Amino acid sequence: MKRLMLALAPLLFALAALDVHAQLTIEITQGRDNPTAIAVVPFAWQGQGTAPEDVAQVVDADLARSGQFAPVDRADMLGRPSTQKDIFYRDWRAIQSEYLLIGRVLPQGEQMRVEYELYDVTRQQQVHSGAESGPANEARMLGHRVADAVYEKLTGIPGAFATRLLYVSATRVPGGKDYFRLTLADSDGARPIVLLESREPVLAPGWSPDGKQVSYVSFETGRPAIYIQNLATGAREQITNFKGLNGAPAWSPDGNTMAMVLSKDGSPDIYLMNMTTRKLTRVTRHYAIDTEPTWMPDGRSLLFTSDRGGRPQIYRYDLRTGTTERVTFEGGYNARARVAQDGRNVVMVHQKDGRFHIAILDLVTSRLQVLTSTELDESPSIAPNGSMVLYATKHADRGILAAVSVDGGVKFRLPSREGDVREPAWSPYMGR
Amino acid sequence: MRHLPVAGKTVAVLFAAAFLAACSGSAKKEEEAAAAAAAAAAAAAQAEQQAAAAAASAEQQRLMDAAAAYGNVFYFDFDSYNLKPEAIEALDAHIAALQGSDATVRLEGHTDERGTREYNMALGERRANAVRDYMVVNGIPSYRIESVSYGEERPIAYGSGEANWSQNRRVELK
Repeated sequence: MKRLMLALAPLLFALAALDVHAQLTIEITQGRDNPTAIAVVPFAWQGQGTAPEDVAQVVDADLARSGQFAPVDRADMLGRPSTQKDIFYRDWRAIQSEYLLIGRVLPQGEQMRVEYELYDVTRQQQVHSGAESGPANEARMLGHRVADAVYEKLTGIPGAFATRLLYVSATRVPGGKDYFRLTLADSDGARPIVLLESREPVLAPGWSPDGKQVSYVSFETGRPAIYIQNLATGAREQITNFKGLNGAPAWSPDGNTMAMVLSKDGSPDIYLMNMTTRKLTRVTRHYAIDTEPTWMPDGRSLLFTSDRGGRPQIYRYDLRTGTTERVTFEGGYNARARVAQDGRNVVMVHQKDGRFHIAILDLVTSRLQVLTSTELDESPSIAPNGSMVLYATKHADRGILAAVSVDGGVKFRLPSREGDVREPAWSPYMGR
Repeated sequence: MRHLPVAGKTVAVLFAAAFLAACSGSAKKEEEAAAAAAAAAAAAAQAEQQAAAAAASAEQQRLMDAAAAYGNVFYFDFDSYNLKPEAIEALDAHIAALQGSDATVRLEGHTDERGTREYNMALGERRANAVRDYMVVNGIPSYRIESVSYGEERPIAYGSGEANWSQNRRVELK
């Protein structure tokens, strides 16, 4: 395969910031019945002038978005302690806050350090303390890392706030060609960066397992082709150029292989590409549609969608034995699976009563649970901690992103004021 | 002048002229007459060719107009890639026009928004290939046909509901 370095492609993929109208916002539509009350006190800024970023607000919003916490309104706080000696527990008991988070933000040249302590108000004791450091212009990411630590301390599950999202948006041009954008943003939708803008379709974004590269399909040559792009350098490479479909790229957990769909030999089949040699291996060989490959976390098998039984269902291919088994049996349309890191929960698009929902299948118990109640839900992507599922849906005839917890208890939407947003891809844990 | 039973009037005239010239040796008049006859015959042949070409061109134009009248979009039922009778009728007109030319065509397959994007990409390809296969079976060589699927990425109608969806399940011939 000829490698095409397209570092100077006639497309905008420089780190261009989106204008604020295109940024996603968050509307929590359903939380838990008894969320944990926590007061996240504004962190004390210990530098000159005003703080460049309200880091505590980032923590507050993250915890609220999880649906498992009810952060105390700042207007209700009777004090603003930033060190232990300033804490009066009765002030926090009075407003029924179960936990209290205080902290300090210290500038260190181009760097920034956030120190914080978490207290149990009832027991009047510190339950956790920590510090996060990083570039000052990444202050929001420091807030997300504090939120990750607090979330883990209080729920026992690692947080996934210090992660990022890829998504595709399209601006409609009736009677003409829509604008397509591939955007990278923080897990809360903040700091969006356009990686690619095109008048031809862009789809199927995904991550390398180290979070340093992204893959996607672009029609910029007039035909579909798979591209990979390094986020740090912007270097971009077209890795396929076959006749027919070139789609659904999915990096293996070890990063050495990419599963993809090609129809060069007739009908759509799953292939594996060695990412070093670019050599192809054919996985499925069937006249039916075989598509949407995704890896089990151990890298030993693939899940994929096939209509070989008449309707689209999820199948599992064992790479060592070469055997294929059907995974889904409930309902007439199950497609585009994504597997949680536990290797047990599988989210997918599931049709019920003519509507497309997001469902979760427990591979151990074979229990399938429908998580959403809207009707054109697709492209589920599971958080690296397995807690939430991001997906695309329609709201007021617009494509938007939404999220639901894996137990269905928490729901929120991420509407954009512009365009149709779809195909979210939640990053793996980054730089840990 | 003798009329020789040789195919092609121009050849016949030239043959006759050469024969006459050979018979009469250096008879200049006859040479001139033969040359004039040859020129006249060539002109007549050219006119005949032009007339034939004009007739063929008119016929080709008629076929192209007939194809154009059907439009270049063929619609499909939900989750189906079977050609509908009206699509076949339209395709037959396009095939007739294509048989009189060496034009290449691009078939773009599309789906509605229901179902997953990658599955729809495959469905769009099946639709484009269904049209391609029909054209090949009816005499258009496959090297003249490029098919590409856009799945659900390029809707004609943006809204939901069958009124919009039915416009989006299509193959466009370009």
